[in-house]
Amino acid sequence: MGSFIVITLIKVVVVFAVMLTTLAYLQWVERKVIAHIQVRPGPYRVGPHGLLQPVADIIKLITKEDLIPPYVNKPLYLAAPFIAMTMALLPIVVIPFGPAIDVAGYRTWMQLTDLNIGVLFVLAVASMGVYGIALAGWSSNNKYALLGGLRSSAQMISYELPLSLAIAAPLLISNTLSLRELVERQQGSMLEWNILHGPFPQVLSFLIFLIAGFAETNRVPFDLPEAENELVAGFHVEYSSMKFASFFMAEYANMITVSSMATLLFLGGWVAPWPARYGSSLVPVGIFAGAGVVALYHGMHPGHRRDRRTLPVFGVVFLGIAAFFLLPMVQAWLLPSFWFCVKTGSVLFTFMWVRGTLPRFRYDQLMGFTWKFLFPIAVLNLLATGFLVAWLG
Amino acid sequence: MVLAIFLIFAFIAVVCAINVVVQTHPISSAISLVGVMVSLAVLYLQLGAEFIAAAQVIVYAGAIMVLFVFVIMLLNAGAEVKHGRSLTAQLLGAPLLVALLGLLAYFVERLYPRSASVHFGGFTHGTPLDIGRALFTTYLLPFEATSILILIGIVGAIVLARKEMD
Repeated sequence: MGSFIVITLIKVVVVFAVMLTTLAYLQWVERKVIAHIQVRPGPYRVGPHGLLQPVADIIKLITKEDLIPPYVNKPLYLAAPFIAMTMALLPIVVIPFGPAIDVAGYRTWMQLTDLNIGVLFVLAVASMGVYGIALAGWSSNNKYALLGGLRSSAQMISYELPLSLAIAAPLLISNTLSLRELVERQQGSMLEWNILHGPFPQVLSFLIFLIAGFAETNRVPFDLPEAENELVAGFHVEYSSMKFASFFMAEYANMITVSSMATLLFLGGWVAPWPARYGSSLVPVGIFAGAGVVALYHGMHPGHRRDRRTLPVFGVVFLGIAAFFLLPMVQAWLLPSFWFCVKTGSVLFTFMWVRGTLPRFRYDQLMGFTWKFLFPIAVLNLLATGFLVAWLG
Repeated sequence: MVLAIFLIFAFIAVVCAINVVVQTHPISSAISLVGVMVSLAVLYLQLGAEFIAAAQVIVYAGAIMVLFVFVIMLLNAGAEVKHGRSLTAQLLGAPLLVALLGLLAYFVERLYPRSASVHFGGFTHGTPLDIGRALFTTYLLPFEATSILILIGIVGAIVLARKEMD
């Protein structure tokens, strides 16, 4: 009992430290990705390749003056960012990052806790997240903020339906609601993943899940609650300093949740795409060694003067990581986390890619799209999957 | 530990429920109602009804109350103005409330004898598996009848909404 509490506390600290660092750096990654899509360098001044930009942003946001306008409804105005942030961070407790591992004689799962209603828990917490945005919009007592809050609650209720239906289809195949068991049922090769699982590959419900996930997290092309050309800034127009930042952190945390749920439900969680006996454990070594060699080469032939010192350092670091992946004692926990991060990262990259590519929807298009297109397709997909599972399963 | 959690959330539920009535602004009342529903979900969870707890949060707190809040925001309802209470309400309100609570307590006491009192952790058949099996075997007919009732409600809502639009 005592060791259980200590282990859980350590896991909580590690998971939240990693989560909050990822939140800060995800913003740097997004700015870089969008910048490269638009053929510009992105953050470059603070630290090498702008790597210290998140630290500078955090210092700026903390030291900024925290204004509370006199006309707001104070209790709800103060509670709204808190609710948004809490509900965004909470789902991480049920998300598994890897299998059971042995650390210093104790056996523990790379997951904070496994609920037998894990999927429902994530849905429930996500459905509570809308209060943060809706209340922020209402309590600000500002018409732009109110419109943003209204739009976001209407949008989140509407897209929750196709989202839940898209989740139900892979659950029919896996026959469990526990996220840990969900991944264990997809073990083996890529063909066991729910997205490619016979008799009915869930490609369609994966796409519906992603689209509805974009809408639930208020991302482009569904970012109407904060459409700046119509609503100034939408629901957070009256917020400043860390209250404003907490809405952004909540948005990024929600992106991480949606991406990891996509990974767990459709892409096989921490499982490698093919078994280790065919060399899947050498993939990370190859990737990092290749990245290291490329960085070293560009360091030898620098495009900019500043690259002459930074790129060789990155190259050596990447080669070090590649060598680290070859150590047998760390492979047990490093390889699953690598595959989990790669899959979640790819989905996150899709989020950024879409943001850099697509324009925003018009409001009636947004509603028509979910009710007249996504929802019927999700129902049909669920029906077809149900029939096939009942017939062949 | 179990008792402490029960007491905390039972207290939150009661305080939020009183707050629903006491608050003058509709949004504050609605948010208090969300508080009641979430605390009830915790109590369901303690009683071993995991699926009901999750459904309570997803359906009531996450969907229905969001819709309530949405409508209140859309209508931009202001704070309620309190008028003086009528003489009947002033005289009979408190005694009737006590009488109602006493009556409820009496019936609960009569209908559920002490031998059948609730134990935390005594019931373990609240998983989605058990609920699904019960719904599609033992309670299939009531389940289907309720589904049709809800379908009629949806069709009715659409018909009424169309009339407004024309």
